[in-house]
Formats: sequence, structure tokens, C-alpha cells
Amino acid sequence: MELGTDASIALVAIAPFAAAVLAPLVHHFSRPFAGWVLALVPAGIVWFLLTMVDPVLATGAISARIGWVPAYGLDLSFYVDGLSLIFALTIAGVGTLVTLYAGAYLKGHAHLGRFFAFLMAFMGAMLGLVLADNMLALFLFWEATSVTSFLLIGFDNSRMAARRGAIQALAITNIGGMALLVGLLLVHQATGVWELSAFGDEIRGSAFYGPVLACFLLAAFTKSAQLPFHFWLPNAMEAPTPVSAFLHSATMVQAGVYLLARVTPWLGGTPVWTGILVSIGGATLLWGALGALRQTDLKQMLAQTTIASLGLSVLLLGLGSSYAISAVVLYFVAHALYKAGLFMVVGAVDHEAGTRDITLLGGLADRMPVTFIGAALAGLAMVGLPLTLGFFAKEEMYLGLLHWQWSDIATLVVLVAGNALLAGIAMLVVVKPFLGPELPTPKAGHEAPVTMLVGPILLGAAGMVAAVMPDWLGQTLLQPGASAILGQPVESHLSLAIHPANPVLWLSLATWALGFLVYQQAATLRTVLRRLEARLGWTADKMFDALMFGLIRFAGAVTRLLHHGRLELYLVTVFAVLAVALIVPVGVLGGYQLLLPNAELGNWSAWLTWPELALYEWGVVLLALVGLLAVLAAPNRLVAIIALGIQGAAVALIFLLFGAPDLAFTQFTVEVLSVVILALVMTRLRLDERDPREWEDLARDGTLALVCGAGISLLLMVVLAGDLDTRLSDFFAATSVPIAHGANVVNVILVDYRGFDTLGEIAVVMGAGMAVMALLRRRKVAS
Amino acid sequence: MNTIIFRTMAPIIVCIMLVYAVYICLRGHNEPGGGFIGGLIAASSIAILGMANGAEATRRALRVDPLSIAGIGVQIAALSGLASLFTGSPFMTSIWLYLELGETIVPLSTPMAFDIGVFLVVFGTISAIALGLEEGEAG
Repeated sequence: MELGTDASIALVAIAPFAAAVLAPLVHHFSRPFAGWVLALVPAGIVWFLLTMVDPVLATGAISARIGWVPAYGLDLSFYVDGLSLIFALTIAGVGTLVTLYAGAYLKGHAHLGRFFAFLMAFMGAMLGLVLADNMLALFLFWEATSVTSFLLIGFDNSRMAARRGAIQALAITNIGGMALLVGLLLVHQATGVWELSAFGDEIRGSAFYGPVLACFLLAAFTKSAQLPFHFWLPNAMEAPTPVSAFLHSATMVQAGVYLLARVTPWLGGTPVWTGILVSIGGATLLWGALGALRQTDLKQMLAQTTIASLGLSVLLLGLGSSYAISAVVLYFVAHALYKAGLFMVVGAVDHEAGTRDITLLGGLADRMPVTFIGAALAGLAMVGLPLTLGFFAKEEMYLGLLHWQWSDIATLVVLVAGNALLAGIAMLVVVKPFLGPELPTPKAGHEAPVTMLVGPILLGAAGMVAAVMPDWLGQTLLQPGASAILGQPVESHLSLAIHPANPVLWLSLATWALGFLVYQQAATLRTVLRRLEARLGWTADKMFDALMFGLIRFAGAVTRLLHHGRLELYLVTVFAVLAVALIVPVGVLGGYQLLLPNAELGNWSAWLTWPELALYEWGVVLLALVGLLAVLAAPNRLVAIIALGIQGAAVALIFLLFGAPDLAFTQFTVEVLSVVILALVMTRLRLDERDPREWEDLARDGTLALVCGAGISLLLMVVLAGDLDTRLSDFFAATSVPIAHGANVVNVILVDYRGFDTLGEIAVVMGAGMAVMALLRRRKVAS
Repeated sequence: MNTIIFRTMAPIIVCIMLVYAVYICLRGHNEPGGGFIGGLIAASSIAILGMANGAEATRRALRVDPLSIAGIGVQIAALSGLASLFTGSPFMTSIWLYLELGETIVPLSTPMAFDIGVFLVVFGTISAIALGLEEGEAG
């Protein structure tokens, strides 16, 4: 079957969602091979995206759109340029291997099917995010990544820590999500289009620039765990390792980097942009790298280095030179490959040896040789040795900063320090668990199953293979990606040659040397850092908790204030508000002027006229008054209720007399039922037979009743005194029979013209009924 | 209240009321009436039956839980709106069908189905509340 380009590009984002729906079923029927079967989906996407590489190289970008909400002129549009393609390929590629890996890692888990469903949905959200062109679609996919990652992080939902990590991630990233929505709406306001690809430089000069920039930065910084929002990322490590390998390498946290890269052409390049991104990115880089040194848990170390790497990417995006942007593209791919590989290796070690504590592991290389090779491949890329992608990324970073200006030198120092720390940690993670003396582990480890090894080996190898072909790498990866971010063509100049005279080489050597130093002194550094942390006392993580608990306490206080449990006070509140709502707006808007213009205020006879009614009409009015007096004079509650019924029946009679038979009908039945139900309720409430209210209460309630009654009467009189717009009623009266085939206009309005309203109303009626039943049942259980 | 006269008369009154309720509901499109009023009348009859025979016996006589009746009503109303999708018109566009049965022509329509849904919702909900309250009275 041949699909159009539009449909097939849309399918890239939609297919994983379909796979998510089917995942539990697939898992049910192909139990041990579910990972293999489901990995076909991302693998197919990779294959399809690879066929897109040449067209994108040739044309620069491919647009695709399918109708979304045609009534509002909204299209679900996608845009494939170098940037999207690199991200999408990496997401789907790493996703394929993670799916395979998860099948083995969580083998036999009771909810594996559900896990695959979450994973697929998350992948779809990420792919949609990086391909989306329509800003609303971008927002939807952005939020979808937050929600699905919440499900993935909290997958192990029986553990408190997993739930907390999931909620924290959701709360933090959703702050950014809201900011993103505001930002996108502002952009739409400023430009009038919904397509990201459709506008150029309108924002940068406009008054919207500041707010838009703030919104986008908040969105990107929360998602990509920049200081001070970095703390959710380590806590998200409560997720099963395959999730960490996916979320913290190529996806979730990179969404913020992607967003910044995507908006660079029309937001980037200003001093504010550069200042904020470079300073926050640099601080995050150092903070994360030092944080990683503090840890002994391998997974936590990797999580902290992810924070550092994200800081590095943000810093580079802030610099914005063509070198820096090239470095971002290379670094994104390099990082995705090695970080996913390392997470998988750590998962394999945890799985087979039973611990992730770096101080308890040693000499595993003999028992897990293939795992060690995977770790070594990833580690080399992380250190940035030649023949790895990491090497090129690092070279590009330094290249752009060789201008010997103070700001450049400061940035260079931060970069070298950060890279050196990361290199040191890479050596630590690869060397310590695998080489050296063998240490006893909780489980007698042996080699991990094949599916858990495919991932790290393939990822490591992919990085190597790409790196030994610098021309191909530059042509297909660097050039289109960097050009898309910058919005102008970028030349690739990657080569394998090493020039001793080039200062970049010496910077690299310095980085490695410092890294080795960090590796050697890791234990000392850890002690020092931990001591510093202990002295600091508080962390952003603790502040988050304090804020959350404060919020809950505040909500509790508000609830106790409003929901005090005293029925008569509720009623007083409701009716007092009703009285205000009835009288104040009409008065403010000058409605009473209609009834009685100021000029005639003194003219009593003008508005105290005796109405001319027929005798039977006077009879009905009398009946209503008798009912009213009977309510007031009733000796006990039952009589009062029935007397109220008399009064209601009189009102119904008035309706009948003045030509509203439907209303009268309804009023009659409602009156009957209210008397019955009120009487029944009274028996259940076990009230005294007589009304025990004090006279102050009676005065208060009586005043309220009078004010509400007067308010409603006055409102109705104001409505009748004004000019009624009869267009609608004329339309209904004229068209009821010919169009709606009904002579009873009231009923036709209810079931046809306004049928949708009625549908909502009957749903509310039923909902209210269910609530009443629940209350009654609860009383029954309690008594 | 639970006199023998009331207990004897109640089923007869209920029968008449129920038939009348259906009549009111069906004629509503052209004359005063409709699903809402019909439902209220039918619910009143159930309340009367509950007072005479006790809530438990009334529930048994109804056979179906009143809240389920209300739920079915909401579904009928919603589905009657969906019918128009098959003709390609927007949600809740009415469709009319004139059945010729010999001499008489019976107009059937989606608004009628909708009104029946309203009837069932009001009937079910109010009956459920009334019976729920009456149960408490007995116990």
C-alpha cells in the first residue's frame, strides 16, 4: 500500500500510539517475544526516516499536513528538517533498542504489557514533538511526554519513592508546559500563524519578545532540568532502568534542548538570550558534574551527568556560533548513544550482580565481558577520545571560543572543567566496576541475556562507525542539523586529521589529563563534596517538599473554612450570595431606573396603581397569600411544608391562567414531589416537630428570604419593563412547525433546538440523583 | 397515612398515572407535555406506590434499579443525537420517519427518542431518590 507523504509522516507520530493501545494484547499473545515484536514499530520508523534523509538533504525540509479541525482552519502539520530528523532518528533508534532491552530487563513482570504501552505512547509523544510544525500540536505532544513520563517514572507504583519521583517530575515539567502554552499563544498573537516554520524575524523586534522568551525558557529549563529545576531528574531515577536509559539520553530531558534549538532562529542571538543560556547552562554543567562525583550509586551518577550534559547543550545553544551549534548537534547524538548505552550497562550490572553501588563493585569484566565492551565503548565516547562522536563534539565546542576575549576564556574554562569532570566520571563508571580486584556481590553475576547486550554494543558501535566517516557525518548529520537550528547554511569541516599546532588539540589533552586527575582523586573529592553538602543543609528537593506540603496545608485550611459542616450556615451563605447576585448587578447596571426613573421618585401614585384583575385571578392571588401565611403560622414543620405546597400550586395556577400550560404542568408536579420529598427528608433527619430557632435566627433568615424574594420580583419586573429582544422567540414560533414538525414550541426548544443543553441537563439530573443515593447509603452504613 | 383505603387505591392510581405519564410524554411535541413532565408524573406514581407498599416491594415491582433506568435514559438521549451522523449532518440534527400503518400515519423521530430519554432520566432519578428516602422511613 502506498501512502502519501503527508500521511506517512503523520504516521510516524501516530503509529507508536496505536502500538501502545495494542501493546498489552501483543504482550499477552507473544509473552517472551513481546519486546521483539514491539521493537518492530520503532525499527520501522527508523527505516522510514532513513528514506527521508536524502529528500531532506536535497530540499532542506519537508512539510506535511493533514486536516485536524478544518472548521477552525487548523491543520495537524509536520515539518521535517535536519533538526527534526536527527532527533526523530535518535529517538526511534534508541527506542528500538530500549524496547528490546526492556523485554529482557522486566521479564516476568506482572505488568510488562502495561509498561510497553506507556513506553510506546511516550515514544509517540516524543516523535510527535520533534516533528510537529503546528504550535498547538507541539504543545499537545509536549504535555503528552510529561504525562507518559509520569506513568513511566511511577511505573513501580507500590513504592513511595517512585510515586514521589513521578509526581515531582510531572509538577515541575507541567509548570513549563503551562509556560509553553502561554508562550505559543503569545507567538500566535504576534504573528497570526500557527505554523512554527511559517514565520521569520517578527518576534525579535516586537514588544512580545521579552514575555515570549521568558515563557519558552521556563518551559525548556523545567523540561531539561536546568538549575534551579534540576532536582526532579535524579528523583526520576526511581523508574526502571530501561526508562532511565530512554528518558535521560535521547528523549524527555532533551525536549527542552530541542525547543531551544527550534526557536533559535527567531528568539536566539540577542544578548539576553546568550547571557541567560550561557550562565544557567554553565552553572548547571558544573553543578551536575560535581553532583555526580558526590554519588556512589551508578545510576545516580549517570543521572547527575545527564544534568551536566543538558547544561552543556544549553550553554552551547546560548553561544550560538556556527561551531557551537554544530557541537550541539554532534553532542546530542553522541550523548544519546553513550548515555543510553551506559544506563543499559548499569541496568545489566544491577540485574546480574544485584547492586549498583560503585564502592561494592569490582572486577566484573571477567564475568561480564560483553557488558564491559559495551561500557567501554560508551565510556570512550563520554571521555571524548578520538574515533568517537564525543571527540568531534568536544573539538567543535572549543573551536568557537578561540578568540582570546575575557568572556570566551571564562566560558572555555567552564567547558574544560565540565568536560574534565564528565570524563573523570566516565572513567570511574567504566573502570571501577569492571576492572581491578573482584569484589563479592549480592548475586553471583554472570553475563546478561543477549537482548540486554544488543543495546549498549550497537549504540557504542554506531557512535564509532559514524566517527570514522567524518565526511559522511558532516554531510548527513552536522550540516542539515546545524543549518536548521541557525536558519542559515553551515559548512562541515570535520576530519580525522590531527594538527599538533591547533590549540584545540591541547585543550582536549588538558581535558583528558584533568579528567584522569578527577578519576584518581574521586574518593577524596566525594568526601569533600559530601561534607560541603551537609554544611549547606537545604536542597531544592527539600524546598519542593516544603512547598508541596504547604500547598496541601493551605488547601486543608481553606476547605475547613468553607466546608464547616453546618447545614444552616451553608444555606445562609447560599441565600446571602443569591441576594447580592440578584440585587447588586441590576442596581449597578441601572436596571431599577427602568422601573422607576429618578424623576418620578416622589410621585407615589404613578407606581402604586391598583392592578385590574378578574375575580378568579384575585382568588388565585388570595390562595397564594393564604399559603404564605399558613407557612408562617404553621404549628409544626409538616403543616408548613404542605402550606408551602398550597402557595406553589397557586403560582402554578397563575402560569396556567397566563398562557404557560407547560410551565404550569411542571410546576404542579414539582410542587407535589417537593412536598413528598421534603416530608420524607424530614422524617429521616429526625428533627424536632417544631422549629426551634431563636428569634435572632428567625430575623436573619426572614430578612434573607424577603431580600431574595424582592430581588427576584424586581429582576423579573426589570426584565419585563425593558425591551425584549424577540428575534429568537419569533424564530422559534415561526419555524417550530415547518422545520421541527412540532406545534408545542416549548417542547420543541427543549428536545430539538436546544437539545444539546437538555442532554447536559439530564446528565446533571442523573448525576445529582447518584450523589443523593450515595449520601443516603452512607447514612445507612453509618447508622 | 398507611390506611387500607390508601393501600387499596394506590395501585389503581399508579396505573392511571403511569399511562397518563406516557401519554403526556408522547403528545408533548404538539401539545402541552413532554418527557420532563411525563417523567415527573411517573416518578410521583412510584413515590405513591412506595408509600403504600413500602420501598422494597416497589423496587421488586420495578424489576430494574431506578438509577439504571436513568442511565439508560441518558444513553438513549445521547444515541438519538448520534443517529444524524449517519446522514452526514451535525450531531443532534433531527431525523423524521413517517410510518404508514393502514389509515394512520405514525411520525417517528429522533427528538421523540430524545424525549423518551429525558422521560426515563427524570423518572429514574426522582424515583430513586423517593424510594431511597422511603426506605429510611421504614427502617
